[in-house]
Amino acid sequence: MSTLDPVAVFRMEAAECLEAIEAGLLDLTHQLDNKDLVDAVFRGLHTLKGSGAMFGFEALAAFTHHCETAFDRVRKGEVAATSELVAAVLAAQDHMRALVDQPDADYGDTGHKLLAQLQSAVGAKAAAPATATAAVAAPVQGASANKTKNSWRIRFSLPANAMANGTNPLGLLDELRDLGECTVRADTSAIPPLDELTSTELYISWDVTLMSEQDRSAIDDVFIFVLDDMELSVEEIGSAAAATAAPAVARPAPAAAASVSPPPVPAAGVPEFRPVEAVPVRREAPAAVSQAKAAENVRVPAERLDELMDRVGELVIAQSRLSQLASASTDIALRSVSEEIERLSGELRDTMMVLRMVPVATLFSRFRRLVHDLARETGKVIELVMEGESTEVDKTVIERLADPLVHLVRNSIDHGLEVPADRLAAGKAKAGTITLSARQAGGEVIISIKDDGRGINRERVRAKAESSGLIHPGQPLSDPELLQLIFAPGFSTATAITNLSGRGVGMDVVKKTVEELRGAIDIVSVPGQGSEVSLRIPLTLAIIDGLLVRVGSGRYVIPLSAVEECLELSLEEDLRSRGRSFISLRDSLVPFLRLRDLFRTGTKPDVHQKVVVISTGTERVGLVVDQIIGDHQTVIKSMSKLHNDVATFSGATILGDGSVALILDVGHLVAAGQQQEAQLRVAG
Amino acid sequence: MSATAAAERFDNHWSYAEEVEVLTFDLNGETFALEAVIVQEILDLLPETAVPGSQPFVASVINFRGKVIPLADLRLAFGMEAEEATIDSRFIVIEIDLQGEPTLVGLRTDKVNEVTTLAKNASEAPPSVGMRWRADYINCLVKRGGEFIILPNLQAIFSSRHDAAGAGN
Repeated sequence: MSTLDPVAVFRMEAAECLEAIEAGLLDLTHQLDNKDLVDAVFRGLHTLKGSGAMFGFEALAAFTHHCETAFDRVRKGEVAATSELVAAVLAAQDHMRALVDQPDADYGDTGHKLLAQLQSAVGAKAAAPATATAAVAAPVQGASANKTKNSWRIRFSLPANAMANGTNPLGLLDELRDLGECTVRADTSAIPPLDELTSTELYISWDVTLMSEQDRSAIDDVFIFVLDDMELSVEEIGSAAAATAAPAVARPAPAAAASVSPPPVPAAGVPEFRPVEAVPVRREAPAAVSQAKAAENVRVPAERLDELMDRVGELVIAQSRLSQLASASTDIALRSVSEEIERLSGELRDTMMVLRMVPVATLFSRFRRLVHDLARETGKVIELVMEGESTEVDKTVIERLADPLVHLVRNSIDHGLEVPADRLAAGKAKAGTITLSARQAGGEVIISIKDDGRGINRERVRAKAESSGLIHPGQPLSDPELLQLIFAPGFSTATAITNLSGRGVGMDVVKKTVEELRGAIDIVSVPGQGSEVSLRIPLTLAIIDGLLVRVGSGRYVIPLSAVEECLELSLEEDLRSRGRSFISLRDSLVPFLRLRDLFRTGTKPDVHQKVVVISTGTERVGLVVDQIIGDHQTVIKSMSKLHNDVATFSGATILGDGSVALILDVGHLVAAGQQQEAQLRVAG
Repeated sequence: MSATAAAERFDNHWSYAEEVEVLTFDLNGETFALEAVIVQEILDLLPETAVPGSQPFVASVINFRGKVIPLADLRLAFGMEAEEATIDSRFIVIEIDLQGEPTLVGLRTDKVNEVTTLAKNASEAPPSVGMRWRADYINCLVKRGGEFIILPNLQAIFSSRHDAAGAGN
């Protein structure tokens, strides 16, 4: 049973369809004579138009129809694919996206303007509405003198739940009628007695005789959206001018395909009808391949995955209780079952973790369009190189990285790359290169944006930082420190803010987003040779390696990535440090926080307290804990809104015994500690 | 929030039916009731994990079926003394809407009584005087057999606590 809202399903499909169209168009800009790409774009537009109409997105269907018509002409070789056409359809495709999102919104003249653009790209005649309509309208009745008219016998039945999924069989029949003269017979033999009838189910199948000058693919196109679930047989029952028409239309049915098609159902209601040669309909080879690919993926709402993750988490906890019981028992059978369950639940958990992973290609693909548009806007010649697109990252990470990456790519193009004349003068190739790459390194993925432009102008960064008061004039800074200044809030090296940069996202927001993902940013920039910004992001947000510690009676997890080392706080060091809170670690002073005080546990310190030295990126701080329990792979659970005000913890996790441990947010913890100390100083 | 607004909300609350099904429980000798539809589960006491630095009203979290959920103590919202758990103590897990997001929250109770039906015509808006609790924390009082059952306004309690830490009382 289908529980998804058909319109939501359509929107998802339309989004994919638009993405495919966009990818096809962008490829086409480089290879204007590539017939396959033209076909691919046409197919995409056709699908979008058809399913749009089927789901009631009339405006979308009508608009898409014009683009489809234009591409149909290219496909038939009537007009050549030009970059103007591709640009016009790219622009039109954004409008389609808007029509998918808000079919009822008033877009004023946008659509007309786009169509006018399209018209001039393919020659006024092509996109003139009259002609466009004629292309799909019913061929003139009585044109039977036409030599290439063929007769087809088409039988089809749809699955019983077809209407629940948004398919309207009347629409299909209308489309068939548009192809030519139709005689339609409905086979009503399967209709059950009235009391067994379900009003939403479909019991009727159809037998259609069609006289049409269209070729076989036109018939296939009618059923293109429902092909996967339905039974369809199409046979040619003669042609008015068989000798001339047959070679053009009679596509030999692949024998192999025939064997996989469902056997034709005996037609109880239409005994006079005997299939002469049932030709099973299959999509063309390339489409069939992509269809197979699509079937390998299943769309699952993220929250269901989260639910599954919770269940697996519970299972792991229950399993650890089982192993405790089993290890205390002498029952061999129980112990072996327990070990088996332990292995299985471990595997299940590992599998669960990778379910959320998606290749970064889904993120990178959208940059092709961005770079294409920016190149047009700036007049720069840009080549986009993408590497490591198959690297997999947690879906949430990908979603959150989208905006920062857009900003970084814009920056590279806007500030980094020179205009062609400057590049040639500098002895570089005319085209600037932007390289987007992703690779996995341990538990992190490194995503970098590299350009071969002019590099970051240090003098300008310094001047800007001094003028905005970020640093004192002449303050000595190391090169990395200087470069990090561009992440300061409100910092922009652009002397004039173009419409490319400054769209609400600054480098400070980029840095914040990356830090929220527990990642870090590195910049390398060589004057005259270009810059590279690397984002180091953990592979998944759902799990981290942590160090489990005990403070008083509570247990806490410190992210292992922040931990530098652990050492013992000797009794004498502890006493000596009553008045000052720092220890010396290999001749450098490391301040520390007593978590027992910070958390107000009200317990006495353990005799052998430990110091966990953590690094917040800029400073090293020791955290005094009562006991270090050990490594702990941590499934991160977010805390509710009721605890939003507690910044000290970034989340929580569930331990093997089912109890909850809080995960320390190292940065906030240090800030909170400083605040508390300041208060103590004021008070004391 | 004014008493009128609270009364309006209470009208919405029962606008569709003359009766509402509730779960009643005890806190410091008072009987409270929660709409049965928001109750997810009644739990025996679970290990609690204190959240240092949080408001006393939601000072800890528990593991509810693999989810970490906050544990709230309505006593503190109503200015009652916190009490040690007894053999009858239970947690009630409810789902409420917090800033547009359904959120699971555990509530401490001294004792869970029963699921029962309260009639609209027996309910009264909270009196403006003669009560030491914040009026906007109460949806209505329902008289039953000589005693009053308090229907707390969970939205007001959780959102006001959330917006202004430690406010109230």
